[in-house]
Amino acid sequence: MAVPTTGDRVAAPLTWRVARLVERRVETPTAQTLMLEVPGWPGHRPGQHVDIRLTAADGYQAARSYSLAAPAEGERIAVTVQRVPDGEVSPYLTDTYAEGDPVEVRGPIGGWFVWRADETAPVLLVGGGSGVVPLMAMVRARREAGNRAPFRLIYSVRTPDDVFYAEELRRRTRDDQGLDVAYVYTRAAPEGWRGEPHRIGLADVNTHGWPPDLEPLCYVCGPTGFVEAVADLLVGLGHPTRRVKTERFGPTG
Amino acid sequence: MGIVSPGFQGRPRTAEPALPPGQYLTQDFPVLSAGPTPRVPLDTWEFVLTTETGAEYRWSWDELMGLPQETPHVDIHCVTHWSKLGTDWQGVSLDTLLDGVDTAARYALAHSYGGYTTNLPLDDLRGGRAWVAHTYDGGPLPAEHGGPARLLVPHLYFWKSAKWVRGIRLLTDDQPGFWETAGYHDYGDPWREQRYQGD
Repeated sequence: MAVPTTGDRVAAPLTWRVARLVERRVETPTAQTLMLEVPGWPGHRPGQHVDIRLTAADGYQAARSYSLAAPAEGERIAVTVQRVPDGEVSPYLTDTYAEGDPVEVRGPIGGWFVWRADETAPVLLVGGGSGVVPLMAMVRARREAGNRAPFRLIYSVRTPDDVFYAEELRRRTRDDQGLDVAYVYTRAAPEGWRGEPHRIGLADVNTHGWPPDLEPLCYVCGPTGFVEAVADLLVGLGHPTRRVKTERFGPTG
Repeated sequence: MGIVSPGFQGRPRTAEPALPPGQYLTQDFPVLSAGPTPRVPLDTWEFVLTTETGAEYRWSWDELMGLPQETPHVDIHCVTHWSKLGTDWQGVSLDTLLDGVDTAARYALAHSYGGYTTNLPLDDLRGGRAWVAHTYDGGPLPAEHGGPARLLVPHLYFWKSAKWVRGIRLLTDDQPGFWETAGYHDYGDPWREQRYQGD
């Protein structure tokens, strides 16, 4: 295959900027979206991420990467944080971090797992768990740009209570022309949902995705095993590997 | 020191071993890649060293296995902030592969099945610091971690340790690879925290 290219090289050094929490939205019992005000934020593309760094009073620092969940609103950015029970950073962000408090933010980072708002090709998004976050940024950017590329999102999630952005996804499925959302439940399905809970399989990807001859762009994000499985299914269905972009995450705290 | 986040304490760290700045320890082995995992059959696998004049040195899987093997026990550091200590590998030293290769090149561009590339100074592949590794923790290297064989250059951030490695091109001029073109650092020393361009 051709060597992937990633576009323009980034010229300026990425600096740490002081960000403050301006709003917190509860997504699920264990996940929250944090709206951060970042003076000097240069803007970003959907799919990019930031590093967030915490400093303790004794100078100890811990940094983690978080996907940006939405296009920037001026100097405001959104990240959605899934609380990792034994984590070091996420429990602080979800439980302790208060409005007005500072963290340091560096970004935007990543020039590969991004969608350009001037693309016209159909898009298939496949997210597992909190892997939906950068995909939601693409869904939101599509609407914001008035882009009419047909979008399909397959969202694999344990139970209905674990769905991020549930209300917004319902609304967008109704209002955003050309956006379809399909759910795959792995532990418990809602009342009236057809089928049994299961891990995502060939039938799900075949039914709710695009056929390869439409040359869709495919973005797959989630835990390693999920991404491995879905990427293999897409390649098996005939999608060229260069049109399947993946982002895998291991444990983050 | 950065801006203090009120109430943040971090993990108890009296027993923490020395880690490069900004890194945290993980026991798992997370994966960072850009696309689907290539599956490379061993009977068609090959590793090709190409010099700046175009001379090629090729090894089949069996030929690689017939070379002297080493068993590096090393710490690895990913740019996404995780570090994993004391990992066990088996592979062939780049010193062995470069032995007898006539070159005046100063740079190397590793390339992979699947199209991935990453650049390194040639000196960083020498001196017992780099391997083509095919075994992890006593078993065949799993495909999602770069099997059948990956580059192992543990003194640099792990994206330099190209998975599914297919060859190395020796160059007189530095040529940035995949992540380097996407804004990551050209060299990537974890101890100097060279994550992104400009660091």
